[in-house]
Amino acid sequence: MKETHLADRIFGWCLRFFALASMALLLGIVVMLFQQAWPILSQDGLSFFLSKEWNPVTEEFGALVFIYGTAITSLLALLLATPLSIAVALFLTDVSRGWISKIISVLVEMLAAVPSVVYGLWGIFVLAPLIRDYVQEPLANSWGDHWLFSGPPLGIGVLSASIILAIMITPTITSVCREIFNSIGRNQREASLALGSTRWEMMRISVLTSSKTGIFGAVTLGLGRAFGETMAVTMVIGNRNEIATSLMAPAQTMASLIANEFGEAVSSLHLAALSGVGLVLLLISLVINLIARWMVRNEVRV
Amino acid sequence: MRDLIRKYMDIWMHGVLLGASFVALVPLFGVFSYVLKKGWPALSKGFFVNLPTPVGEVGGGFGNAILGSVVLILLASIVGVPWGVLCGIYLAEYRRSKLAQWLRFTVDVLTSVPSIIVGLFIYAIVVKPMANFSALAGAASLALIMIPVVARTTEEMLKLVPRATREAGLALGLPRWKVILFITLRGAVSGVATGVLLAIARVAGETAPLLFTAFNNRYWSHTLFEPVASLPVQIYVYAISPFEEWHQQAWAGALVLLFFILFVNLFIRFLIFSRGAGRTS
Repeated sequence: MKETHLADRIFGWCLRFFALASMALLLGIVVMLFQQAWPILSQDGLSFFLSKEWNPVTEEFGALVFIYGTAITSLLALLLATPLSIAVALFLTDVSRGWISKIISVLVEMLAAVPSVVYGLWGIFVLAPLIRDYVQEPLANSWGDHWLFSGPPLGIGVLSASIILAIMITPTITSVCREIFNSIGRNQREASLALGSTRWEMMRISVLTSSKTGIFGAVTLGLGRAFGETMAVTMVIGNRNEIATSLMAPAQTMASLIANEFGEAVSSLHLAALSGVGLVLLLISLVINLIARWMVRNEVRV
Repeated sequence: MRDLIRKYMDIWMHGVLLGASFVALVPLFGVFSYVLKKGWPALSKGFFVNLPTPVGEVGGGFGNAILGSVVLILLASIVGVPWGVLCGIYLAEYRRSKLAQWLRFTVDVLTSVPSIIVGLFIYAIVVKPMANFSALAGAASLALIMIPVVARTTEEMLKLVPRATREAGLALGLPRWKVILFITLRGAVSGVATGVLLAIARVAGETAPLLFTAFNNRYWSHTLFEPVASLPVQIYVYAISPFEEWHQQAWAGALVLLFFILFVNLFIRFLIFSRGAGRTS
């Protein structure tokens, strides 16, 4: 379409300005973070990412503890949330009908609307005591000081953080899986029913098997969300800068470290190190999200 | 025998799927029931208008935090909504241009930037040069989170407007900008409003980007250039404090926040339902 009116050209340029400004914002985020982190990156180089030491007093900074913390809590969360989300999505597309389906899908969306800080509050005062009394204590009684379960009897730590994360990413994975299952045609479902499948076999063969890539994409998207999640994790993970082998031990993720220390950091190297951790978090989140989008792009736009 | 096993497997799996749906919703009921149970007793008129008091003094409230949140959301909307809508228009109306494809990618990626990173970015470009935490910085970080949400919903909603409507306007000799603003956008206005509300519901609960942009304030803020309290940050600070009465106030704050977000979400549903077209997300 040719733009002959002067006003049209002005309007077009106005739109283009905001489009370019948005791109500048994205680029700015990466560049600014890199610039903020530069003092620590130029000083420590690669060892910043591989060192376990984090001591603001002696100005030794390494990100490994937090990369590990983020990875372990996110993976545990995925382990919990993935089967649950796939089951809920299947229930919504192939089992329930009418108002039941509608109500459950609205409720699952509400699960996504609850703010992180409210989950955190609930995590501190409801979930953590539950974990302490019904998981940690029985385990401590029967296993003693096993490396997988030892820790202070508070209920806060890796397990609580993972459960909260799992709750928070369930709606994400569910809604993407649902779109993917919906995009599989009626014909494919009826074909397997016509061959004598039970309804479950139909779901397994026609729906689950043919949407493997999409499900993988949905799960990766959930991983991306878990990586960046800050407040709820900060409130229940216990904030201890050490690699925790135990599910009950306090730990620290990249996001929770920044939330905890950035406001109080005074030395410029400390700030730079925190920005460096932020840069790692940003880059990993972006890569994970791009992979996820690439995997589900044929089915749905997320 | 084999068929019998298959039949029982079928029934069993149906039960598993039903059970999973209930398990997934347990946390939702858990959160809502606890927030109601613990928050309701702590709510009073004073909670909405009073300043926080020192520990041990009764009658403190979240007045400054609630007002702070309202101010932050309004400021963020003033920047984020037009910006997002214009990007959405570009995505929908110039969708085949190269720039639009890049913009679509940008918007998708911006959605996936963790919110704490947005806080770090705004700290670097606003707080540091101004050498002060401020309401402006907080609003900027919320605006940045709103832009991709608004842009994408606007795009989706504009795409629902039939091509013929645009062509009718152009055929009458109207310039394109008038067609877009007064015909296409007007046709999709309730959909765009949905996107705006969705973005507001989303940023209302954001805490992480405010921690080191808007920071916090125990008193009323009188200008936009000083630190300001906000509801989510206040809930966070009170929740991790060691004081029982602050915990109660945190629950009350969570109740206010949660029901505001619930109300906005229900309103969005009402908008969509009354139009009978379009979807969220």
